Amino acid sequence: MKILVPVKRVVDYNVKIRVKADGTGVETASVKFSMNPFDEIAVEEAVRLKEAGKATEVVVVSLGPSAAQETLRTALAMGADRAILVQTDAEVQPLAVAKVLKALVDKEQPRIALLGKQAIDDDCNQTGQMLAALLGWPQGTFASKVAVGDDALTVTREIDGGLETIELTLPAVVTADLRLNEPRYASLPNIMKAKKKPFETLTPGSLGVDVTPRLTTLKVVEPPRRKAGVKVADVAALVDKLKNDARVI
Amino acid sequence: MVTKTGPSSAKLGSFAWDDPLLLDDQLTEDERMIRDAARAYCQDHLLPRVVEANRYEVFHREIMNEMGELGFLGSTIEGYGCAGVNYVSYGLVAREVERVDSGYRSAMSVQSSLVMHPIHAYGSEAQREKYLPKLATGEWVGCFGLTEPDAGSDPAGMKTRARSADGGYILTGSKMWITNAPISDVFVVWAKNDAGRINGFVLEKGMKGLSAPKIEGKFSLRASITGEIVMDEVFVPEENRLPNADGLSGPFGCLNRARYGIAWGAMGAAEFCFHQARQYQLDRKQFGRPLAANQIPQLKLANMETEIALGLQAALRVGRLMDEGRAAPEMISLIKRNNCGKALDIARVARDMHGGNGIADEFHVIRHAMNLEAVNTYEGTHDVHALILGRAITGLQAFAP
Repeated sequence: MKILVPVKRVVDYNVKIRVKADGTGVETASVKFSMNPFDEIAVEEAVRLKEAGKATEVVVVSLGPSAAQETLRTALAMGADRAILVQTDAEVQPLAVAKVLKALVDKEQPRIALLGKQAIDDDCNQTGQMLAALLGWPQGTFASKVAVGDDALTVTREIDGGLETIELTLPAVVTADLRLNEPRYASLPNIMKAKKKPFETLTPGSLGVDVTPRLTTLKVVEPPRRKAGVKVADVAALVDKLKNDARVI
Repeated sequence: MVTKTGPSSAKLGSFAWDDPLLLDDQLTEDERMIRDAARAYCQDHLLPRVVEANRYEVFHREIMNEMGELGFLGSTIEGYGCAGVNYVSYGLVAREVERVDSGYRSAMSVQSSLVMHPIHAYGSEAQREKYLPKLATGEWVGCFGLTEPDAGSDPAGMKTRARSADGGYILTGSKMWITNAPISDVFVVWAKNDAGRINGFVLEKGMKGLSAPKIEGKFSLRASITGEIVMDEVFVPEENRLPNADGLSGPFGCLNRARYGIAWGAMGAAEFCFHQARQYQLDRKQFGRPLAANQIPQLKLANMETEIALGLQAALRVGRLMDEGRAAPEMISLIKRNNCGKALDIARVARDMHGGNGIADEFHVIRHAMNLEAVNTYEGTHDVHALILGRAITGLQAFAP
């Protein structure tokens, strides 16, 4: 069984994000990039399924600039078997990514598409769901546990107020939540071996997909600064503030 | 005549205080990936253990297995279960490990450069097959015995003897300040043979007459274990002699590699102290404003950043030359001496910039300052490396009268 794992190159989670002076986006010059943490969890899960003998091949894919090669190499160093970069300098939006992934699924015929639940840069949380819709496959989103059977997957999902366990018929789309696993560190020997693994570069055009952005960013601003609090004299003043200023009671 | 390379020559870029000369750009994709993996492991798994380890003088033995699993041990060796990375990558890993603690980096350096390297470079194929795979995984720990109670900077003055005997040698003598010794399975020991030539021997735990008592009371590198090696008529079979090492060039070949790693490592410790001092000075408010708003702290931080940026550039340059086979031992003396001395200064100033909190181990800087005292001294003191450079500069050797 083949597993397809899309990964996204995003600004590293440790970086303090700064909004560009002209408000068109965030500063990305001389900023550290790394693999979207939820995608790392997806790669780890796929590699574990392979190590457990449940999967035969893990193919990692990315849509993005040539620098996304580095992200794919990290996934190869973690244990994926081969990588496909669909290269574009266009801003990647969820629908375009889902369409590219559908084209890759048609080409590669995996039984599972295992994604991170969302990217930490735009926080869209849409790609997995859109891909399932385009493919007409069942989806198990926010997975905290995945068990693979012969023709079905059992996915435990983190939902508000608890866990939900569902069974999906294969092929299926799964998106990884934070508690699915703890990704491994790439070891030095595996980083060296990753250089020799197959790496294919395609373009959206060669897959027949138009990735032109359909959403326009009007402006990007810093979140408002939190104002200093005030001290209230007594309970009556507190209740008054909550009622009339904060309007929460 | 001044030539301009085009309109772009006037363009200026942006400045990153934590990577002032854009070292990141000078690394390859693999090197960055190795650095990032090493940093993630060290920050997630070494940093949480180090305060206790240092406070109670404990070396967590399992760290060697963890490092083995990640391929940190003997990483530059090709084959025998090793990663086969370049010397720049080896340096980047040393920097990340020492960003947490010089003791952890010492344990790694000794295993890699002083135990696995000599077995690989001077050993027989049988010795390589026997020792390297288990040292690479951390299943075995190794140590290196050169320094003696009365032979430090002058190793040729060693008293340890390897007398020829039937089928091998009888080793007698003692070695001092040996990192990893009390927990070692494998001991690479240097001793003089009947002809007075220095030879290398691989001793194994359990050999009759071999013991490795722990040195107590260290105020430096407390998270790494240090001992003596005491050899009382230890019989070592001929097959345990390193066949391709003859004279001091054997141990020096090992030390060159270890010292190169130390030059990177010391900068990791210095960077940590610099970052902590900066953050402390930004967070701590006195007289109604951050300490960092004053001129003296800014001067200290500017000095730290400058020395670290230059020290890292020098380490990278020597690393590239090592990878090209063009690095001279004097270059390694230059960066070992400079980077250790500067790192020690930076750690002391960072300690000072933390005020009273600077002496508490939970702020880490006092630990780095204490560690770097040893790092500045071991593997060639600051002064002895000056003499090596002095000899190269003048052609006159100042070691002996």
